Amino acid sequence: MKSVAGLLCCLLLIAAAGCSRPAKPANQIEVWHWMTDRQDALETLARRYEAKTGIKVKLDLFAPSDAYTQKVIAAAQADVLPDVYGILDKKDILASFIKAGYVADLTAAFNADNGAWASSLFAKAIDVNRFVPGNAEGIAPGIYGVPLDIGSEQLIYNRHLLKKAGITKAPATFPEWLAAVDALRRVGIAPFVSGFGELWLIDCFASNYAFNIMGEAKVLATFRGTVSYTDPDWIRVFGVFAALRDRGAFIDGIVTKGNKVAEQDFALERAAFAFNGAWSVNVYKLMNPGLNYGVAPLPALNPAAPMVSWGGAESSFVINKASANKDKAVAFVKWLTAREQQAFLSAQVNNLPVNRQAMADIPENLAAFAKAMESSTHPKVWPVSEDALVREAFLKGIQGIIIGETSPEAVARAVQQVKDRQMKKVKH
Amino acid sequence: MTGRPWDSFKNFLFIAPAVTIFSVFYIYPFIELLRLSLLQWPGIGPQIFVGLQNFRELIDDKVWWDSMGHAGYITLIALTFQNALAFALALACDREIRLKRFYRLVFFIPPVLSEVVVGMIWNWTLNGGTQDGRQIGFLNYCLVQSGLPNLVHGWLSDPKTVLPCIAIVHAWKGFGWGFILLLAGLQTIDRQLYEAARVDGAGSWRTFWHVTLPMMLPVITVVVILTILGSMQVFVLILSLVNQGLVYHTDVPVTRILVSMTGTNQFGYACAQAVIFGAILIAVSFVLLKVSNIIKRA
Repeated sequence: MKSVAGLLCCLLLIAAAGCSRPAKPANQIEVWHWMTDRQDALETLARRYEAKTGIKVKLDLFAPSDAYTQKVIAAAQADVLPDVYGILDKKDILASFIKAGYVADLTAAFNADNGAWASSLFAKAIDVNRFVPGNAEGIAPGIYGVPLDIGSEQLIYNRHLLKKAGITKAPATFPEWLAAVDALRRVGIAPFVSGFGELWLIDCFASNYAFNIMGEAKVLATFRGTVSYTDPDWIRVFGVFAALRDRGAFIDGIVTKGNKVAEQDFALERAAFAFNGAWSVNVYKLMNPGLNYGVAPLPALNPAAPMVSWGGAESSFVINKASANKDKAVAFVKWLTAREQQAFLSAQVNNLPVNRQAMADIPENLAAFAKAMESSTHPKVWPVSEDALVREAFLKGIQGIIIGETSPEAVARAVQQVKDRQMKKVKH
Repeated sequence: MTGRPWDSFKNFLFIAPAVTIFSVFYIYPFIELLRLSLLQWPGIGPQIFVGLQNFRELIDDKVWWDSMGHAGYITLIALTFQNALAFALALACDREIRLKRFYRLVFFIPPVLSEVVVGMIWNWTLNGGTQDGRQIGFLNYCLVQSGLPNLVHGWLSDPKTVLPCIAIVHAWKGFGWGFILLLAGLQTIDRQLYEAARVDGAGSWRTFWHVTLPMMLPVITVVVILTILGSMQVFVLILSLVNQGLVYHTDVPVTRILVSMTGTNQFGYACAQAVIFGAILIAVSFVLLKVSNIIKRA
């Protein structure tokens, strides 16, 4: 009887201990990140920060990014988020986190000292985490995240392979690109590779052409439902993929290729063109240090309009609004985006620094990615976003065009059908 | 404080840890899954009760039912090709043959490998690309070297071949489990039964049909159920072979659930898909058990 009572007491004590949340040390900031390539560099910076301020930065790496996203959502549901973390999802999910009280408004910190912090960073990178007045998500206007680096997705070309095909410069227009594709095929070189097995790269590629063909206003009007996907301009967007397919531009298996494999193909000179982000500079350097390549915007289909590319903050941190160490966390990320730390990160992992002053001595190919920042856009800065199911139909439809299973017109009709269904659902 | 009530209480106390663990890790998640399936919820923020709307939408979701068909196809290949191969090899290794232990080890290597590793190996094997005119993929390279260049193909980028390729790779990876279970079953059959059949003049085929197969029925039932459950839920292999898929041709129920959850942030819908998928798997397993009992009695 006594032993049973003792056992019960022990169980109750264990249960009680399990229910209480351990208090976080006042001089420690907990950071959750997903950037495997930057772990060592961040650890070094964390040690420097501790030496400088006496505040320990505990870095926890959770990768890959899909697993990280799930980890953050689960932690939010259990209310155990760290002081600093990232939301790698669409802007409406960032809005959900803000509404639920998990993200601090950093506007005051950015605007302090006459906006010194804000003006030291690329404005377009800050905009990725900014909610403007009257935003569709109903969030109080403000800046809710800190960009860590910038990036843009560009056309990358192998100079050596282009020379083999008699091409002397990167194509600037779409017809020039198609001519280059023909020339490459004549000498048996696969023209184009990208990780189109990862749908976001198709999204990025297609969005760039959509902005070039019809401009931002019409793209966003389509998302709002006032322009149909069967509009001739959207058919032209889908037609880009059909034209490249018909000319044999795509490397075999492009629609199921992961970006890592696509990067390997380009680095091993299996294709002359690639479509990839700024991080690829580091990847290609590791895979083939002697690779001779250049970076340019995607060749425009409408030369009269700018070739806009996805770009802005590549990765961002947010601060937990409920954190007891909120001010210390803000101070740390502010330090992280300062010139010295950004230059260190860039030198270590070849990323594009978000601090404009740190741009001074970056390599030529990285500079080409940075140059695109001036004409960049990003779904996170658009005032309206497309429904996720419509987007899936859009991207899968493009895959269908690439493999020759369907036509631009058929995809346009199929996407519009999904759009109509989703619009009807929203109205209900 | 002695007597019957206290004894009963003590009994309950002893099973309490097991009941608690079972409740926390099995019953609660299942109830939570059912609850979430009735909600519209992006994974964070307010949860809106929508009743059976998610289930109604699921009924009209052609992509979902197509994905079920794809999983069914993979399962069918596993049930036939994979299990027939496993049974044949188990029968061979049950006899006194040379290097029996070596074969057992070799056949059991594929299931031990991670699905990601298997996916990467087969991705290279089935690659349809070329470099400097030479095939990169091992299969296409072999075809060219064997004088069959007209059979060279983009195996994972053609809707006609991608699903059969996935099914075959899955069968290749999975046959080792069936092999081990079936071999263990074969070794429990009393050798005197074979001896008696031989004395009665039964040939190999009749011995197999009237002795081996009836004795193996319980093991075969287990293998069939495990094959169905394992094959219907395949997804890591698909992700590692074709990433986010070839249009909708490589979608299976689990990848659709993943898309609903992480791609389109429809947690409620994803849970409704999981509930329906789980119910179908339970029903199939139940029917199989019933059928196996009927066959056993017959």
